[in-house]
Amino acid sequence: MKKFINNTDDMLVESLSGFALAHQDMVELHLNPNFITRKKKAMNKVAIISGGGSGHEPLHAGYIGYGMLDAACPGYVFTSPTPDQMLLAAEAVHANKGILFIVKNYAGDVMNFEMAAEMLPYESATVLTSDDCAVINSTYTTGRRGVAGTVIVEKCVGSLAEAGADLQSCKALGDKVNLHTASIGVALTSCTVPAAGRPTFDISETEIEMGVGIHGEPGRKREIMRPANAIVQDMVNAILVDFKAKNLAINNVEALLLVNGFGATPLMELYLIFNTASQLFTQHGIKITRSLVGNYTTALDMSGASITLCLLDDEIKHHWDSPSHTPALNKNQ
Amino acid sequence: MNTAFMIKCAQTILHSIVVNESTLESLDREIGDGDHYINMKRGASAIVEMQTELATLSPIEALNKIGLKLLSTIGGASGPLLASLFMGMSKTLATQTDTTEPIQNSQQSTLKYAVAFAAGVQAIVLRGKAGVGEKTMLDVLIPVSNQWVLLATQNTAVNTICQTLIQVAEQGMLSTRNLIATKGRAASLGERAIGHIDAGAKSSQLMIEAVCQLILSDNLKEKP
Repeated sequence: MKKFINNTDDMLVESLSGFALAHQDMVELHLNPNFITRKKKAMNKVAIISGGGSGHEPLHAGYIGYGMLDAACPGYVFTSPTPDQMLLAAEAVHANKGILFIVKNYAGDVMNFEMAAEMLPYESATVLTSDDCAVINSTYTTGRRGVAGTVIVEKCVGSLAEAGADLQSCKALGDKVNLHTASIGVALTSCTVPAAGRPTFDISETEIEMGVGIHGEPGRKREIMRPANAIVQDMVNAILVDFKAKNLAINNVEALLLVNGFGATPLMELYLIFNTASQLFTQHGIKITRSLVGNYTTALDMSGASITLCLLDDEIKHHWDSPSHTPALNKNQ
Repeated sequence: MNTAFMIKCAQTILHSIVVNESTLESLDREIGDGDHYINMKRGASAIVEMQTELATLSPIEALNKIGLKLLSTIGGASGPLLASLFMGMSKTLATQTDTTEPIQNSQQSTLKYAVAFAAGVQAIVLRGKAGVGEKTMLDVLIPVSNQWVLLATQNTAVNTICQTLIQVAEQGMLSTRNLIATKGRAASLGERAIGHIDAGAKSSQLMIEAVCQLILSDNLKEKP
């Protein structure tokens, strides 16, 4: 393992401290327990809190700020944060309209946020994101995983909360965006959890992991490496099949196409993937009118990428386009 | 059972986890995300570190404190699940009286703790929405809890209970090898999880074994 580390125990706090320092105009770091809030507390709105294991940067702390999150709770690398973090974060950002938790659908995250919600003295609701169509819902009761589509949910719900909507409306929009979003990832290499010191899984030069999760957990199947167009074709097909299974019409529908890097894939390749995916979706009658390309939900140093498609209606489009001012996603209108 | 014994349990559990580092790491890397050892070590260390604070508490208070500490230190799914175990035990014991007798010496106390442990395991079932056969820690904890309650009801000697539970835990842990995971870390793997033991089942088995061995060796010292 070759990484920028002093020692693995201090790594998270050192990284969070650097993040807070670099974005001191926007965020404030609280330690022991760890959570990050906006520099300036928002008043009289639903407070939106997300969180999850670290290693997916800029998710979630990078999306704290006007138009997106009020606070984020970072866990250890690939490990859910704990209820004490969530409770203190909620106390810090609660602004009289309740707390909305945005939680990626993993057993650990779900249980920790669930316990926090039970202990919370405020009204709360939870949006579970489950955009990963690599995992088939009916077979495994844990259900689909939340991956890069979470960024779109955080953006849209954040916008609605900023407009003064109530808790249930925010939850409803979050659920709707999640339903209209499908993602699938592919890994070319494993990632290495710093404390473990070696790659999470073994994969040869000639193999790829189709349907990989953002922790390097295996997906659909191990496949043979092939040209990018063939890989992207399979990913696009998986997404189309998912929308069909959900009975969501795609013909002539506007969509946001997000090509997300897992941490070690160059932008050059991400744009190549965008080029192919965009053409393929267009051939199926989808109008790609919004786009996002870059490292938005990473898996440490994994090489690979995910493709996310979010079907847009006027409401989702409005909230995607609305202004946001965060360390990792800035939009001006 | 007394709090001093609980602290000894925490120490022996931490030791067992550390000794089995490579086993737990490789199991979780095979069909999980590779962080189980680190999380369990952090949790057990946190309990050992709070021994001075625990020593001043009753077993009921100590178990609840242990649960809250695990909840805030382990993270992942193991945190809330193990926290539910200890907090569930504490809650059940609180509804009973006289919990100060040492577990090694009293059949009654053994039954009381067996019932409390069963309630704690039930709390895990509710939190994790899982049961036996899903390739999780419950494949160890449910059979152990059932067997413990059964043997304690039959007034079985503590040493025999411990020896039996070590075996039951081992069998439960090994049974996860041939299961498809429907809950927990390997639930997205389908048939690829077959042939691998679940890391959570392994750590649970190690903890049961460590505590049972501690009781057996303590009894050996007392009655040579």
